[in-house]
Amino acid sequence: MRLASPVKPSSAKTEQIILFRVSGQLFAVSSASVQEVRSADSMSGAAIEISAPGLRKVRHVVRRGDRSLFIVNGAMHFGLHAAEGALLFVLRKTRTALLIDGIEKMTAMTRLQALPLSFCHEERQWYRGLTALEQAVVPVVRPEGFLSPEELALLDAALSQSDKTASEDLEETNSAQ
Amino acid sequence: MTVSTELELQSFVLLRLGERRFAISANQIAELVAPSRIFRFPHRTPKLEGVILRRGRIVPVCDISEMLLGKRLTSRRFYLIAVRSYGTQKEWIAVPVTGECELIKSEMMAAAESDVPHVAGWLSHGGDVIEVLNLDTLTPGAEHAFAEAAPPQRAEALP
Repeated sequence: MRLASPVKPSSAKTEQIILFRVSGQLFAVSSASVQEVRSADSMSGAAIEISAPGLRKVRHVVRRGDRSLFIVNGAMHFGLHAAEGALLFVLRKTRTALLIDGIEKMTAMTRLQALPLSFCHEERQWYRGLTALEQAVVPVVRPEGFLSPEELALLDAALSQSDKTASEDLEETNSAQ
Repeated sequence: MTVSTELELQSFVLLRLGERRFAISANQIAELVAPSRIFRFPHRTPKLEGVILRRGRIVPVCDISEMLLGKRLTSRRFYLIAVRSYGTQKEWIAVPVTGECELIKSEMMAAAESDVPHVAGWLSHGGDVIEVLNLDTLTPGAEHAFAEAAPPQRAEALP
């Protein structure tokens, strides 16, 4: 009788993630999606105030060359109690810098479970899915889910309006001088 | 009992919500479990409280008592884990109940047009007339507006 050869255990596929808190709530984001981690204070000097109608979660924008990064308040985005964010995640391949309370730790997830289909509102845009870590369930955020194309259009419009006002003010000052 | 009447009998699980009893077709029930920790995270879907971990699966918890009784349950003894259909897909959903459940065999009378959508039918048991619930209309799902705009997701995604 020939015995079946033992199956070589394959190494589980893992993804490095950062666990972070917003208003006390734990979330995860793929490490690969985070381009930079900055303290909120370090960005405050470069941040310009912005106000787009109906979009309270974005109050500031940071200019980087010809690129604008919109600072999204994580607590307001998720509808949590407003908190003073201490850190910013600059999210790769997006125009979002996410304001969070702090980083809990870095770890790895072996399994990302799709969000159950009963969840059928905005959260489907917010999360890539859920992961179980140490007997807890943590939502894994979708970096591009913080600002929709419509919201980005609103913010761009607000930004160009603010640039226009600033340049008009400058012209007035120059002519007065 | 004749063969013809036997064929008409179906299995149902009777559940208790507050003072009232309801029924769900037994083939929609996965198991009855003791309450475990609910993990909550921000979302915008009404009626969903969060999720529980059960046999490695993440199962959403949906309190249907408010729709059926007009108030939320103050105590819960078990979660009835039911199978909810979303088109061709099926997923588990945990429904909090206030008492023990009972498996019965009964004949179901089909719902009338005038019945509310969550009534799949009626059955008579122990002198009571009991609503058979249609979980697909009682619990939230992809038929709600936002899902169409969401990108397609695999049932199980690996990183």
